[in-house]
Amino acid sequence: MDFIRLKNVNKQYKNGVTAIYDLTLSITKGSFVFVIGGSGSGKSTFIKMLYREEKPSSGEIIVGGVNVAKLRNKKVYKLRRRLGIVFQDYRLLPKLTVYENVAFTMESLGAKKDETRKKTLKALELVGLKHKIHNYPDQLSGGEQQRVAIARAIVNEPKLLLCDEPTGNLDPDMSMEIVNVLDEINKTCGTTIIMATHDRDIVNKMQKEVVVLKDGRLLKHIEKGGYEE
Amino acid sequence: MKFFRTLRRSIRDAFKSVFRNFSLSLASISCITITLLIVAVSILVTFNVQNFTTKMEQDLTIVVFLNNDITEEQIENVQKEITSIDNVDSISFQSKTAVKEEMRKESDIFNEVMSTWDEEDNPLKDTFQIKVKDVELIHDTAQAIEKIDQVSIVRYGEGMVDQLIIAFESAQKISYGVVIALVIVTIFLIINTIKLTIFSRKREISIMRLVGASNFTIKTPFIIEGMVLGLLGSIIPVLAICFGYVALYNHFGGYLLTQMIELIQPEPFIYMVSGIVVVIGMLVGMIGSASAVRKYLKV
Ligand SMILES: Nc1ncnc2c1ncn2[C@@H]1O[C@H](COP(=O)(O)OP(=O)(O)OP(=O)(O)O)[C@@H](O)[C@H]1O
Ligand SMILES: [Mg+2]
Repeated sequence: MDFIRLKNVNKQYKNGVTAIYDLTLSITKGSFVFVIGGSGSGKSTFIKMLYREEKPSSGEIIVGGVNVAKLRNKKVYKLRRRLGIVFQDYRLLPKLTVYENVAFTMESLGAKKDETRKKTLKALELVGLKHKIHNYPDQLSGGEQQRVAIARAIVNEPKLLLCDEPTGNLDPDMSMEIVNVLDEINKTCGTTIIMATHDRDIVNKMQKEVVVLKDGRLLKHIEKGGYEE
Repeated sequence: MKFFRTLRRSIRDAFKSVFRNFSLSLASISCITITLLIVAVSILVTFNVQNFTTKMEQDLTIVVFLNNDITEEQIENVQKEITSIDNVDSISFQSKTAVKEEMRKESDIFNEVMSTWDEEDNPLKDTFQIKVKDVELIHDTAQAIEKIDQVSIVRYGEGMVDQLIIAFESAQKISYGVVIALVIVTIFLIINTIKLTIFSRKREISIMRLVGASNFTIKTPFIIEGMVLGLLGSIIPVLAICFGYVALYNHFGGYLLTQMIELIQPEPFIYMVSGIVVVIGMLVGMIGSASAVRKYLKV
């Protein structure tokens, strides 16, 4: 059974720009998928529709059995609890420590204190930051901040992790480090990972499933491969 | 259990936020304080006025004197006509003989003088005593009665009483207006305070949304913050009620200006008024923050 399935999805923004044309594709559980394509090809729009930040204009989007396209605003939080999201700009809370930033997710979900503590430490260990839990975000490198953001995204053990250019602000070494962390999560936890990127080196090196978008259309969907357009 | 954890965290966050944005919170709290002080004063005044106007209204009667040569039949007619007036609540008849007996009881001199009067040459008049429904219309009612055939004199009110009551009642209406206006101003101020809190926590809120916090979790801290503002704003008014009213009561010895105006006993009156003030403060805070949340949080 496909974990994610899109059927004839179109997305037109309010200003009239059409970002996605007739997109049909499916992704199986436990995959690691790169979404690539030039600037403005619709990668972010695709990701945003998966976590229901944007609604498709038409078509069907099934995520883990739920039709996200039809999800009512009030129910969106239920979807969000089942997935993690990572952005290019980390989006950490500057006044909270590393630990607090990750625990924030659990607290927002109303988890118990000891459960919060256990899962937070586990997530931070997974991204290799257990020794910096008392630091504040501005005391960390970009790569470390992004690892905190990843820990925050996976702390609730989601089945799906969405990443929109997580390495966009990082140098090649740090980028590689982040992708290795994601790969590790994918392998050890079985989390499905969808990562939008235009980092050729990473895609070429990892040889994973690749979805290629061009001007809002699906150009290619390959099981295993490198960067091509 | 999860509900209570969320609630506890919300209360903690609310207090934190009140102190984080202290200058702004202080503005809201001061405004609530002023509003509630005025609300408190108007409640105190209103209840007291209500208390003694009802007492006075109960005492306020129209006395109708009938002509001396009136017949039994005519008396009945007059009674019918008076009863048919809308504003008349109750009517009772006192014959001149009964009046005479009452007066004789009241003073020895009257007793001496009147002892010689017999039924035929009693110069007193038969009377009706009338209670009205609405004191404000007493003047019109009295005039209507005066026009009735066989009615000699109509008297009502001991001097200025009815006018006093009317004045108090309009004062009461004005104070309602002032209170409502102030409550509205306060709600707007609270909306602004909470709006700024929401803006200062925009990032936090957007992350909460991303990680799947429910609307309830996101909204509750702000609503509670509004209630906390209301609660803090009601501290001074409550103290003012409790100490101020008791001091006033003791100072005047329970009466205001004349023996006619009796003040309400401080206990349990002040606790009731304090309760009302706290509830109004928290409600106003809650309404303000709820509408700010609806407007700026879009959840
Ligand atoms: N909120 C929006 N309102 C209107 N148009 C938008 C909005 N977001 C994106 N678009 C448009 O939709 C198209 C696809 O944008 P999108 O952000 O999905 O591209 P992208 O592949 O993520 O690009 P990049 O690599 O630069 O991040 C672009 O033409 C963009 O201008
Ligand atoms: Mg993008």
